[in-house]
Amino acid sequence: MSKQAEENKEVIIDVKGLKKSFDQKEVLNGIDVTICKGDIVCVIGPSGSGKSTFLRCLNCMEDPTGGQIFFDGVDIADMSVDINIHRQHMGMVFQHFNLFNNKTVLQNIMLAPVHTRTAALKKNKAASGYTSAAQIKAQAKEEAMALLKRIGLEDKADVYPSTLSGGQKQRVAIVRSLAMKPDVILFDEPTSALDPEMVGEVLDLMREVAREGMTMIIVTHEMGFAREVANRVLFIDGGRILESGAPETFFAAPKNPRLKEFLSKVL
Amino acid sequence: MDGFGRKVERFLQFFAEYGGYRKVLEGLQNTLTIAVLGLIIGILIGTVIAAVRVVPKYKMLPRILNAVCTFYVGLFRGTPMVVQLLIFYYVLLPILGMNMTGVQVSIWVFGLNSGAYISEIMRSGIQSVDPGQMEAGRALGLSFSTTMLQIVIPQAVKNILPTLGNEFIALIKETSVVSFVGATDLYVAFSYIGSNSYEFMVPYLVMAMIYIVLVVAITLLIKVMEKQLGKSDRRK
Ligand SMILES: Nc1ncnc2c1ncn2[C@@H]1O[C@H](COP(=O)(O)OP(=O)(O)OP(=O)(O)O)[C@@H](O)[C@H]1O
Ligand SMILES: [Mg+2]
Repeated sequence: MSKQAEENKEVIIDVKGLKKSFDQKEVLNGIDVTICKGDIVCVIGPSGSGKSTFLRCLNCMEDPTGGQIFFDGVDIADMSVDINIHRQHMGMVFQHFNLFNNKTVLQNIMLAPVHTRTAALKKNKAASGYTSAAQIKAQAKEEAMALLKRIGLEDKADVYPSTLSGGQKQRVAIVRSLAMKPDVILFDEPTSALDPEMVGEVLDLMREVAREGMTMIIVTHEMGFAREVANRVLFIDGGRILESGAPETFFAAPKNPRLKEFLSKVL
Repeated sequence: MDGFGRKVERFLQFFAEYGGYRKVLEGLQNTLTIAVLGLIIGILIGTVIAAVRVVPKYKMLPRILNAVCTFYVGLFRGTPMVVQLLIFYYVLLPILGMNMTGVQVSIWVFGLNSGAYISEIMRSGIQSVDPGQMEAGRALGLSFSTTMLQIVIPQAVKNILPTLGNEFIALIKETSVVSFVGATDLYVAFSYIGSNSYEFMVPYLVMAMIYIVLVVAITLLIKVMEKQLGKSDRRK
């Protein structure tokens, strides 16, 4: 990407000197990265290098021990911000899907939109743009059904997650985060827990979401997918970003010796 | 055997003709009221305490609340129910200048007491729920308490239902101590028949049978509820 194009893009996440340690153990040793609207960033690196920790710090699932994370201009690493508000604009997709076991597929998708919109309605009816709790529910249901239709699972609306295959679960998890209309979605190895024959359907959906312009940060071991979909790839090792760049140069001409070694093992 | 037949006759006579059945009904009603309301209060208190105990403790307030809960649980688990009843009835009520019947005091003491036990049951239930459930809720921007109420606690309750059933059965059986504060329960009712008829064998046998029937009925009820709540596990 040219320097010119980069400057024209709107910054959405700006990470400065991010550090995280568990007890005495330093896991992230100062991460700096800027993510713009529409970016598809893939994060790769050896096991235990801190990829998940980095991703989980971005929405403060892990509280950073140092540095700043500006999301839409607000430093969410600051413990005094209401993190729930910001998380409503930041989806997250987990390796193990984490669908709500006690809710049907439809309820899984509707729960957060209904809850946050109802809270907004109660707080300030005029500003919320909604007229009643019933209207919120009806609209959320309509949106959820449209999302289910899109992934071809509308007939599964009323079943519980335990009856779905892994691929179906993960696709439902992805549309569950889409239902909140987030500005960015974080993915932590979304296909690692899947049987090989189900990886494709999940990656297809992620491609589609990417094509629609969603900002995505994806920790993955799927190098082919990273090369194809990402506009930037980050290599994390030892809690630092050792190399970052467009996939063409990143994979074809890696500079960092650790990255070279890593790629020679996984490619 | 002829002697036993006469004893039964004598019991039935006192049961039917001298108001024994009214006492028994009153005792049964009190036993059930104290156990049911005690359990409900206990579940409410126990759930709140369990939630306080699993809240992340970065801030001051959760830490203070946690200390209060620890003290509460220690206090109620560390003393016998009878002692708690006596202290409430004969010490706390006069000091506070409150007027309560033995049954009312029993309901509260049973609730407070089982709250301490249920909090431990509930806590293990909450900890048995996959942490990913809480993470998914929080990642969607739901608060800790919303996720707890909507997602974690319903799954926790499902996991601990058999244990909660046992707690209820224990409460039913323990109601036999409420006579210490002058409440009529099954024990008081059948003792009344016994001392009036000078014949204790049959009344106490019938009392034992009533307890057994109650326990079996509750066990069946819990089985039905488990099935209902198990819906989300079944393929459809
Ligand atoms: N909650 C925690 N408490 C203590 N240590 C942790 C915790 N979470 C992660 N770590 C440690 O931090 C390091 C980085 O873990 P992380 O999960 O971020 O690695 P990763 O790059 O995602 O690895 P993988 O590819 O295996 O998922 C590991 O050594 C791990 O043991
Ligand atoms: Mg990981």
